[in-house]
Amino acid sequence: MKISGAEAVIRCLLEEGVNLVYGYPGGAIMPVYDELYKFQDQLQHILVRHEQGAAHAAQGFARATGKVGVAIATSGPGATNLVTGIADAQIDSTPLVCITGQVGKHLLGSDAFQETDIIGISTPVTKWNYQITEAHEIPEIIAKAFYIARSGRPGPVLIDITKNAQFDEMEFSYTKCTKIRSYNPKPTLNHEKVAEAAALINAAKKPYIIFGQGVILSEAEAELKALVEKTGIPAAWTILGLSAMPTDHPLNVGMLGMHGNYGPNILTNECDVLIALGMRFDDRVTGSLSTYAKQAKVIHFEIDPAEIDKNVKTTVAVLADLKEALTALIPLVDKNSHESWHNEFKEKYKIELEAVINEELAPTNGKGISMGETIEMINKHSNDNAIMVSDVGQHQMFACRYAKFKTTKSNVTSGGLGTMGFALPAAIGAKMGMPDREVVAIIGDGGFQMNIQELGTIFQSKVPVKIVVLNNEFLGMVRQWQELFFDNRYASTIMVNPNFCAIAEGYYIKAKKVTKREDLDAAVAEMMASKEAYFLEVMVEKENNVFPMIPTGASVSDIRLS
Amino acid sequence: MENKIFTISVYSENNVGLLNRISGIFLKRHINVLSLNVSDSEVEHVSRFIIVVKTTEKWVQNIVGQIEKQIEVIKAFYHIDEETIFLESAIFKINSALLFDERQIQNIIKESHSEIVTVSRDFFVISKSGKRTEINDLYNKLKRYGIMQFARSGRISVSKEKMEVTSLLEQLKS
Ligand SMILES: Cc1ncc(C[n+]2csc(CCOP(=O)(O)OP(=O)(O)O)c2C)c(N)n1
Repeated sequence: MKISGAEAVIRCLLEEGVNLVYGYPGGAIMPVYDELYKFQDQLQHILVRHEQGAAHAAQGFARATGKVGVAIATSGPGATNLVTGIADAQIDSTPLVCITGQVGKHLLGSDAFQETDIIGISTPVTKWNYQITEAHEIPEIIAKAFYIARSGRPGPVLIDITKNAQFDEMEFSYTKCTKIRSYNPKPTLNHEKVAEAAALINAAKKPYIIFGQGVILSEAEAELKALVEKTGIPAAWTILGLSAMPTDHPLNVGMLGMHGNYGPNILTNECDVLIALGMRFDDRVTGSLSTYAKQAKVIHFEIDPAEIDKNVKTTVAVLADLKEALTALIPLVDKNSHESWHNEFKEKYKIELEAVINEELAPTNGKGISMGETIEMINKHSNDNAIMVSDVGQHQMFACRYAKFKTTKSNVTSGGLGTMGFALPAAIGAKMGMPDREVVAIIGDGGFQMNIQELGTIFQSKVPVKIVVLNNEFLGMVRQWQELFFDNRYASTIMVNPNFCAIAEGYYIKAKKVTKREDLDAAVAEMMASKEAYFLEVMVEKENNVFPMIPTGASVSDIRLS
Repeated sequence: MENKIFTISVYSENNVGLLNRISGIFLKRHINVLSLNVSDSEVEHVSRFIIVVKTTEKWVQNIVGQIEKQIEVIKAFYHIDEETIFLESAIFKINSALLFDERQIQNIIKESHSEIVTVSRDFFVISKSGKRTEINDLYNKLKRYGIMQFARSGRISVSKEKMEVTSLLEQLKS
């Protein structure tokens, strides 16, 4: 039976188990939209308000579910509006398939209306991309797209489909892609390397595990837990590793990075064996590389060969899928408890508690509401079990530092790219992917206005997300840098804001504003109890800073507490 | 680490967008490509890129890692000059009158082991394959007589060690 290319696109998505896509229509993608209309019982399309929202919503969906997120846009501006989300997915290894319409094949290169070279534009920020110009290519290419997006180190794929290929008829049959000869997503585990790693770990006096999103992407949470519990090795997470282990696990020592915890950063330079699991030594984690973990032997478990020795020279590299590698490692490591080494983390934590955390969570001296105590309140009323979706800035660091997690895939944030405007649409995707979980978006007054239009999507599609804007009337993180490194010259960081609650209410979303500490508890309780979307604006102390902090270019040892 | 000349060899599927993908990897790192050549390889339907860059070994490792990560790339290698046999080709277009007026030119052509490709009434064309220095040498010698046109190809090279792409492909198929 012959069907149109556009129908083939939908049938391919259904074959891949997709039942939810985000997008925005336009001329060059109309045949696909016509089929979306016909298939609406099987494939739900969520109309966003801006294509960037579609990309971030698909990311939020992917991050919360582990499945591939799908975004659809028209050619030209529709396609270019996706780019920020695609770049974000690329650097944070998020599986995404983006489908864009393109002008007809005969018009390519003619500067036709809404023609743009989206293949050229998206090349550096996609794991793979391809332009389909003939209908018969559709099944094979879409099958490849899904395979590439989710396998190995996941990432975004963009498929551009010319309009003629959507209209033309083709004979449809679908075979899932399971192999591409030039692509080796899972390096074969070398058991000798695992044995070398085990030997180093067993001989170590101060071994230290640092783990990233690789744990979540390879679904190795149970193996990580088994490893730390058997060996007694303290483990710290990167920002994207958050929630891969329960926050309260006694061997979880906290967060690495520029605004991470004091002990985990400083003790990186005291350990003797550093065991990196599914993380990529981002500069926000390492600080100055020339003074990073020089004393330690480094073991790197990683699926992407290009990450080995990229930033930090390893003693042993175990190139493999993390779950497989840890499964092989666990029987080879000795039982241990490393008590005195643990105590070093505890001591450092006490220092941080007294210098930073106590004041953040219970501000004294008549200070206004802090971001940290708001996050604590959300923990309290969500039973430490919400999916936290944070935007970018100070509030993000407070959310990541103070939010508590019990379940994996519960932290959705823009780590590598630091994309303001990420959280509101990503929360939509996370909630729709995990409808039984509470999803709370934590956003600054700046970032909220970068994709504020997605309140329209929340209203129209009735997405019951909880939106918390932590309003300090500043582009707070930039202001903090101006205070610390630019002599308080607040260049363009003061925000004169609109009535956010009125805006939310304009979209018929229940809204509340909290200005006094004594109202915070009840307001958060009311928000968390709401069955519908809820907007909460919290006026926070205006010029609070995030500490600890490793200034750019400084060593992890030189982390500042104030 | 000091800058050195590296020859990067890339075996890949023959795909429209790949050149753009690979050149983007250099662009992103602000590394200038000294020469680039794309051709068939010893394996049917497999293309071979030969890219010459001047950079540090650390960067070349990083770049080769990123190149190899591209879906359609089968394998990428890098070598220093001592590990490869390499050459470039150049062609020179010169006014025919000089062939008769300037006796020296014939000697230059002979001594440089270059070839006369064609001779017409107005111009003649010679080609020369060899190391960059030999081509530069010839260029400098001919320059004083006047060169009407000059073009030099990118480097092509083969490694002294085995590349084993065929066996790799066999493995990938199974
Ligand atoms: C799209 C984008 N533009 C600019 C920046 C630079 N930037 C990083 S944090 C920040 C301030 C964010 O302010 P706000 O959203 O109010 O959050 P706060 O830091 O006050 O919590 C800015 C401008 C960015 N990360 N992303």
